[in-house]
Amino acid sequence: MSQFLYLYRMTPTSRQNAMGTPEAAQQSMQKWMTWLADLETRGHLKDRGQPLEQGGKVVKGPKAVSDGPYAEAKDVIGGYSIVEARDIDQAVELSQGCPILGGGGSVEVRPVMKMDY
Amino acid sequence: MELSEHLFRRESGRLIAALTRIFGVHNLGLAEDVVQDAFCRALEVWKVRGVPENPSGWLMAVARNRALDIIRRERTARMFAPEVARALESEWTLRPTVDEAFATSTIRDEQLRMMFSCCHPRLPRETQVALVLNILCGFGASEAANAFLTGRAAMEKRLARGKKALANASRLFDLQDAEFGSRLSAVRHALYLLFNEGYHSASGGAAVRSELCLEALRLTRLLLMAPLTAGPETSALAALMCLHAARLPTRVDAAGDLSPLLAQDRSRWDRSLIDEGRRWLEHAATGPDVSMYHLEAAIAAVHAEAPSVEQTDWRAIVRLYDLMMAISPSPVVALNRAIAIGQCEGPESGLQVLRSIADAGRLRTYPFYAAALGEFELRRGDARAAREHFVAAAALARSPSERRFLDRRAQDCGSQSIA
Repeated sequence: MSQFLYLYRMTPTSRQNAMGTPEAAQQSMQKWMTWLADLETRGHLKDRGQPLEQGGKVVKGPKAVSDGPYAEAKDVIGGYSIVEARDIDQAVELSQGCPILGGGGSVEVRPVMKMDY
Repeated sequence: MELSEHLFRRESGRLIAALTRIFGVHNLGLAEDVVQDAFCRALEVWKVRGVPENPSGWLMAVARNRALDIIRRERTARMFAPEVARALESEWTLRPTVDEAFATSTIRDEQLRMMFSCCHPRLPRETQVALVLNILCGFGASEAANAFLTGRAAMEKRLARGKKALANASRLFDLQDAEFGSRLSAVRHALYLLFNEGYHSASGGAAVRSELCLEALRLTRLLLMAPLTAGPETSALAALMCLHAARLPTRVDAAGDLSPLLAQDRSRWDRSLIDEGRRWLEHAATGPDVSMYHLEAAIAAVHAEAPSVEQTDWRAIVRLYDLMMAISPSPVVALNRAIAIGQCEGPESGLQVLRSIADAGRLRTYPFYAAALGEFELRRGDARAAREHFVAAAALARSPSERRFLDRRAQDCGSQSIA
């Protein structure tokens, strides 16, 4: 089994779709909990990960520190999880159920580099 | 922990109440943003850590902290609620003031004030009800539009207009105001309409309809918790809601079609709601006045107590409709009275009274007037006439489930005439 990082990317619209009304928020929450619990029971969830605050700093050098993630960015990383899967194909397949996709967000699936030595 | 049903919708109204207490009703939009922020945060954190022991307290703590941030950042630039503006200026009093706004009793009082504000006499009825549904019950514009079978754009416009009117008031309605009495009537009426929209409406799916009824009942119970807004007429309103809501599980049959009172499985009526309705009806009987709510609740109680249609005290029901006609006559009341007369005196009398309704013209587009004619014709043995009435009624149906029901009645006549 290999490990993969899921980066959850959201756009302002996908966020609005997911959270626009209390009932929409409730349904999003329910879907996320069901999806993660399912990954967990099937033994794929290594680490639920952490949510990230919207704001932060972008550092490009000693004098180049700006507020981020960039106001003009179309998508923002909202959080991450770590899953275990046979290969990237399975990791991609497992990500297909992620509720973020329903609202127009995306999941970036990145293999965690194996350090053999 | 499991996520309890409609948690966010329920908490939305409570959080808005607490936040407008601090921000002022002119900053309703800001309060809504804070609530949405709290929900976003909950989504992010709960999906990783699970739902906390006390989700309501968790959301409240997030909203409260966010409110503190906003006030600290904007108190020189923005006007907050005039009632607490001074207390927000100093760090000494800021924290306790904000905490106080989130206290259970304050939230309850502020929800009442919000309800009273939504029912401003200058706002059209439908806007009042939409505002209540949106602000106090947490229904989004599209959910409210679904529930009322209105377009989303129309509902958004209605809400925007209503909220603008709310924001123009410098503060929420004060329950000590001289207009309190008339405003309380308007609030009760709005809740009654909300309930009816759920109970009788031709719109929406069954689930949405019963949710509207339960929300109306929840807000009416809120009125009953405060001495000022409780009282016989409010009790009567609660009684009628409980007694009708008790029948909700049987109003629609397994196929999703409307099921008339006569065909309902009475063993599936909700006993605890019937008991609660009876208790409120007793409370309601303490005053000198008899309102339409009293009469409607009393009729519902007669039905709830009867083990079957045959064993229903139809004479008592006719008397109650007589009183209704005296207080507030309407074609629909006259129609129901005629049906009750037909039940106790037979189909001939029923038909006679139906035909003699003075204002029958206004009933011509109401499918259940024709349907009532059909029922009595059928019982009298004239299946052909009955069938014609049911076909006419089906043509007037306002929803697919009404149409299916009336089509079926028309078919029933067909099979009877052959037999």
